[in-house]
Amino acid sequence: MTRFILRIAVFLLLALPARAQDAFTGALPGLAGGFGEIAASVERLGSLGDPRALPVLRALQDGTLRKAADGRLLVPQGTGFVDAATGQPADAAGAEAVRLNNRVRQALRGALGRLQLVSPDAAERGAAAEAIFRSRGADDVPLLQAAIRREAVPEVRAKMELALAAAQLVASDESAKREAVARLGAAGTVEARALLLEARATNPGMATAIDVSIASIDRTLSFRRAAETLFQGLSLGSVLLLAALGLAVTFGVMGVINMAHGEFVMLGAYATYMVQEFCRGVPWLAPWSLLLSVPAAFLVTAACGAALERGLIRHLYGRPLETLLMTFGVGMILQQAVRLAFGAQNREVISPAWMQGTLTLPGGIAVTQNRLWIIVFGLIVLALVFAAIRLTRFGLEMRAVVQNRRIAATMGIRTGRVDAMTFAFGSGLAGLAGVALSQIDNVSPNLGTGYIIDSFMVVVFGGVGSLAGTLVGAMTLGVVNKVLEPWAGAVLAKVFVLVAIMLFIQRRPKGLFALKGRAAES
Amino acid sequence: MSDEISPPLDRTKPAAPVLYLDGVSVVFDGFRALNNLSLVVDPGELRAIIGPNGAGKTTMMDVITGKTRPTAGVVRFRDHDLTRLDEASIANLGIGRKFQKPTMFDALTVFENLELALKAPRGPLACLRWALTGEARRRIESVMEEVGLAARAQDRAAILSHGQRQWLEIGMLLMQDPELLLVDEPVAGMTDQETEHTAALLVRIAGKRSVVVVEHDLEFVRALGSKVTVLCEGSMLSEGSIDHVQNDPRVIEVYLGR
Amino acid sequence: MSATLASPAPAGTGRLTIRLVLLGAVLLLALLPALNRLPADSALHVSDFIVSITGKWITYAILALAIDLAWGYAGILSLGHGAFFALGGYAIGMHLMRLIGPRGVYGHPTLPDFMVFLGYKDLPWYWLGFEHFPYAILMAMAVPGALAAVVGYLAFRSRITGVYLSIITQAMTYALMLAFFRNDMGFGGNNGFTDFKELLGMPLNTANARAALFYASLALLVASVLICARITRSKLGRVLVAIRDAESRVRFLGYDVTRHKLFVFVLSAMLAGLAGALYVPQVGIINPGEFSPGNSIEAVIWVAVGGRGTLVGALLGAFSVNALKTWLTTVAPDLWLFALGGLFVAVTLFLPRGLVGLFSKTTT
Repeated sequence: MTRFILRIAVFLLLALPARAQDAFTGALPGLAGGFGEIAASVERLGSLGDPRALPVLRALQDGTLRKAADGRLLVPQGTGFVDAATGQPADAAGAEAVRLNNRVRQALRGALGRLQLVSPDAAERGAAAEAIFRSRGADDVPLLQAAIRREAVPEVRAKMELALAAAQLVASDESAKREAVARLGAAGTVEARALLLEARATNPGMATAIDVSIASIDRTLSFRRAAETLFQGLSLGSVLLLAALGLAVTFGVMGVINMAHGEFVMLGAYATYMVQEFCRGVPWLAPWSLLLSVPAAFLVTAACGAALERGLIRHLYGRPLETLLMTFGVGMILQQAVRLAFGAQNREVISPAWMQGTLTLPGGIAVTQNRLWIIVFGLIVLALVFAAIRLTRFGLEMRAVVQNRRIAATMGIRTGRVDAMTFAFGSGLAGLAGVALSQIDNVSPNLGTGYIIDSFMVVVFGGVGSLAGTLVGAMTLGVVNKVLEPWAGAVLAKVFVLVAIMLFIQRRPKGLFALKGRAAES
Repeated sequence: MSDEISPPLDRTKPAAPVLYLDGVSVVFDGFRALNNLSLVVDPGELRAIIGPNGAGKTTMMDVITGKTRPTAGVVRFRDHDLTRLDEASIANLGIGRKFQKPTMFDALTVFENLELALKAPRGPLACLRWALTGEARRRIESVMEEVGLAARAQDRAAILSHGQRQWLEIGMLLMQDPELLLVDEPVAGMTDQETEHTAALLVRIAGKRSVVVVEHDLEFVRALGSKVTVLCEGSMLSEGSIDHVQNDPRVIEVYLGR
Repeated sequence: MSATLASPAPAGTGRLTIRLVLLGAVLLLALLPALNRLPADSALHVSDFIVSITGKWITYAILALAIDLAWGYAGILSLGHGAFFALGGYAIGMHLMRLIGPRGVYGHPTLPDFMVFLGYKDLPWYWLGFEHFPYAILMAMAVPGALAAVVGYLAFRSRITGVYLSIITQAMTYALMLAFFRNDMGFGGNNGFTDFKELLGMPLNTANARAALFYASLALLVASVLICARITRSKLGRVLVAIRDAESRVRFLGYDVTRHKLFVFVLSAMLAGLAGALYVPQVGIINPGEFSPGNSIEAVIWVAVGGRGTLVGALLGAFSVNALKTWLTTVAPDLWLFALGGLFVAVTLFLPRGLVGLFSKTTT
């Protein structure tokens, strides 16, 4: 059975071009005639769907098609010419150019458009299908049907079917029309919706069917919009997550409020820039610059954090308001230092190729690659933080010191060292956020200030000292922001979110994932 | 204020309890700090509460004073539902509290601490207009005499010794003139003589007001000569005279006989 | 908080000295506009620049007092007082814009230039009434007061204290900044208000107007000091200090902490609003940049430098830090932010009681 089908298939594959070849050679001589004949011949060649007609018609359009004295048609190939019918090299001496008039040109445009449906290049076939979808005419129906039968690439095939539906809609066949309406409805694009609306005016008898299809398109479109909004929200959320994770450690776990956290994020972004500039001079390193900047940014900001904790913050333990003011001052100094060192203007960090461009997910949902990677990066960092706190010796000592400093000290834990390391860890996470932000935002000295308030909101909203709270808080804030944006604008959306958080903490002053009982009171 | 033990309304019935706790439970993340606790304190009664660490004594005080909301149960003061009120309203109803760790206002003097505690209108504007009358001054001075801090009136609370801080807080409690006093470990850090003095003071106050004392020092509890309630794991274990509870085998097992 | 803060009412001779010094300072300040009238070659002549910048600093000092009242006494560290100051400034700015009348570039009889430019047909409803000076002054107090009442009520009621409150107030001023940057808010967007012409019939930018505004600011400063002193010396002041040091203990004494904090926070916001209302006519411009969180926190550091918990400290801090700023931004502009950042660090680490702490040898 399979064998039989295979045979038929092979036969068809061989037979179709063969038969077309006859018609093809038959249609060629017309091109050597008067304008009327040329136009007719172009129409025929166009509707035959033979790939070999493509170079001939293109040559005609470019004005390079030659007509020899004996009536043979010569097509330019490389430096010389070939016979259009046989493909053999030919001498073009004495041959004259085939001329065009407007009627021929018009015919050519249509014919070329259709012929591209059989072009060997899939992208060209797709473009042709889209062109027909826009220009659709009843005549295109058989052509498209033939092309669909031959088409192997699913995306191109889908485009062709859509074009077929569009063409059928203007044809007179009633049942084909109904089928087309249904197919357009399933396509779920803005163009299909416009087509259907147009058809609704001319086909009052099919109004109900068309309305059903339009409703289905609207559902698809709103689903897609919702999915894209969700994606943007999650992407903003993961930026907030990255910026807030460090705070969740320094503020949430240690209770140290670090207003210079935003500046650490900024330092991380500048570290990314520095690594990129360094790698520029070493060609084999260049593609790896972003990956290299991850540990570089972490180490730079972690070192700054350790220095800040040992040098200054440790003297202010138990005085949170003073810590807040002091670290704000440190942030100012860092910002001004970077401004003097690098200048106030933005520095550009170039995304590697694999992070550029847009990815289309099933259902037509478009996502930008760099934002997708930031979501992935955010989740990886979250997992690492969780692992570091729960699974490592360092994490154990850190939790011990937080819960009971005195007892931890008596058990031989060097609490000062743990404090410094915890703070360095949180600061290093800020550096990682800087790496991510360098991909989507301007690297400038005040990069961090735009994120610091939002990050604190995430920690307050999610519940201090809870990683799960930080995750949920960040994602909720990101999504809510993006959901509000279309009808409130970016600025008002932000204002709304801030007000909403104020109201939220009325009900749950300790955030979403609050600690309860004695532990929460110290 | 009212020097009578019970308000005239209740003359027909036996005196209604001042404090009434029934089936009170407090759960923190699965940990039961109080477990179905019931307690009744009558007008003018002096009650001692003892129990091992973690028995729920402080949590019970937190529930009565509005610091902690019970997960379940009834908490009434006279005819007020305390579970619906905040700390300030409860204090204004006439419940005063002395904390286990003496807490006062270190930046203020002894006199100023007592002045703040003195029963008077509590609103911001009332405080702004407040002028110290001779009568108020005399009251503060007499309480300072009572708690032995007259010489330190103008010293800031921050520089008092631990025992003096205990006394200052007891003094603040007296200034509030509450109907019910909750006293958490009043004699920790006091000399024997001071302990005796405190016991006598509490006994004197009781009778006019109700007093609930939490204390570890059994000699002190004995000196109070009052009914004793033993708490354990958030519930009442035993209740009666000090001799009764000291001989209760359950009490011996969990608390005294260790 | 730290127990080393000075008692709010320094007793006896100390208090008398402070009063005399303050009185002297006020008299000295009051002389400035008069000395400005002396011929330019006179040895005692004071330049226009000195008068106008001192007038500005006086409004800053009022803002510092307002912050000190909330932070130094009641322990409410607001990082959003710049917003109250700016709202007061916007209120008077609206009045000044209305007074421009047809003298604007577009010559519209009622609409300010930016509204004509943005295609407004009528004044928005919230602009009505601002042509009257008393109404504008009332709003310069009422709007910051109302905002403080709402934010304060929500925050204090849910017992949001310490750094959480600071962050919330910072978010508040940040949100307002974003909002005021928008053109469709009807407050001039990015550019805010400027090109003022006159106030109470006085053309601005004249020596007379400068002197009048200077004296008005000085009068408000004196009034603010008296009001704040009245509060801090009263039992209310002691309740506030008690709240600052042991908030929950105050509750167990029967004080409704929310009401006390709200009272002082709203009062403080109204003072800040009035200060802003006097600031804007002197500098001739108000824009959303005034809402920037950095401004608020800079004002907090004035108080910290001078010494929080003392009214003198707030005044001292506002004048000294701003004098430093004016000097440094002219001789070495790049260094100012380092100096300011350094002040934050140095004061919190080495001088928790501020400059006042250096002079007073009181109790430990």
